Amino acid sequence: MGDYYEKKDLEDFPDIGEYAPELGEKYFAYYGEAMKAGLLTEREKALIALVVATTQRCPYCIDAYTNQCLSLGISREEMMEAQHVGAAMTAGIVLAHTTQMRKIIRKKEM
Amino acid sequence: MVCIVAEPAFAQKVPGLLTAEGIGVLQLNLGYRCNLACRHCHIGAGPERKEIMSAGTMKQVLDVLKSHPIPLVDITGGSPEMHPDLRELIEECIALGRRVLVRTNGVILLEEPYRSLISFYASKGVEVVVSLPHLDPHVTDRQRGEGVFSRVVEVLKRLNAAGYGQEGSGLVLDLAHNPGGAYMPASQASLESSYKRILRERHAIRFDHLFCLTNMPIGRYREYLKKTDNYAEYMAGLVRAFNPATLDNLMCRTTLSVAWDGTLHDCDFNHILGLPVNHGAPDHISGFDMEKLAHRRIVVGDHCYGCTAGGGSSCRGEIT
Ligand code: SF4
Ligand code: SF4
Repeated sequence: MGDYYEKKDLEDFPDIGEYAPELGEKYFAYYGEAMKAGLLTEREKALIALVVATTQRCPYCIDAYTNQCLSLGISREEMMEAQHVGAAMTAGIVLAHTTQMRKIIRKKEM
Repeated sequence: MVCIVAEPAFAQKVPGLLTAEGIGVLQLNLGYRCNLACRHCHIGAGPERKEIMSAGTMKQVLDVLKSHPIPLVDITGGSPEMHPDLRELIEECIALGRRVLVRTNGVILLEEPYRSLISFYASKGVEVVVSLPHLDPHVTDRQRGEGVFSRVVEVLKRLNAAGYGQEGSGLVLDLAHNPGGAYMPASQASLESSYKRILRERHAIRFDHLFCLTNMPIGRYREYLKKTDNYAEYMAGLVRAFNPATLDNLMCRTTLSVAWDGTLHDCDFNHILGLPVNHGAPDHISGFDMEKLAHRRIVVGDHCYGCTAGGGSSCRGEIT
């Protein structure tokens, strides 16, 4: 992947509004609202974000939210436990989608 | 002696000159002796250190307090408890009607001959700030030494039993958090609520406020960052997070720090970096001049990014 994923690219993220500043601003306003403490705490939201980052395989978000979880004093064990939720969900999603495969098999088999 | 290289240099970030606005806090560093030798200690304190404030310097400090109405005396170290004249110093400050705050690692209050200090502090109404870097025992122990977490828990229980942190007692118990690695602390409000909930649920401990301190890239912490190849990224993070809104509340603007040898500094960090007050203000307690010191120009360096990143950091935690 060489040039595609570089750590310093993360620093470019705040400028993502380039070429479409109004949409960029709206996105950041929304992002800020969604991530701040509400009914869920900042801790809970940081753990959700971390798991989304790994399941969606975004190295930038993995970096950002691992740091954010550490900053929030979330323990390594809590972070790992959350990742197992992501892993189990991902496995479950794969298996649930085999329904489609099995449906087709059942239809096509004599 | 300042050898931190940040881009752009901190001085360029400050519009005009950074100047003090009076002296509301006199911070006294009683010396570098400490029963612990924590991995992040910016002072490099430890049991083998010999530096300690002399009786003569302490008298000069008290003379300054007698003739100037500085409301708060903030006592730190090392382990301030290891200074033989701590009790006397506190008694004199209280007799002068000053608020007194002692910063402690806590665990020393379980050891002889320091155990009786808990009731002494309580009888004098001394505010106590106990360091507890992390709610995870492993992280705290890794940073401060094996068994430190459980001993801090024990001392917090004793402080609670003496009335500290209990509503209506007037005895203030604050905790200080600092990150256990190469990252910055999250917002003080969110960490305080985790600390309050977890300490109450797991240990039935109560306290007043949590101060979140950003680790300063100096001393032992700087060595750790360098050794683990985290230094450049950490500094870049501090520079990126620079927040001009912190400039109005920097602790150096209202605090004067007295080193164990009587040298005057804008803060304890400048003290450790060997940067005394400058720009025409007297740099030793023996030449104390309220007029000049209260409006002195502050000596800044790239370590000041540590105080101005994000919500900002001071001895009392976040500053914006
Ligand atoms: S951080 Fe505090 S407790 Fe730890 S060695 Fe330094 S002065 Fe002592
Ligand atoms: S390190 Fe912080 S407190 Fe010290 S002079 Fe710099 S900004 Fe002020």
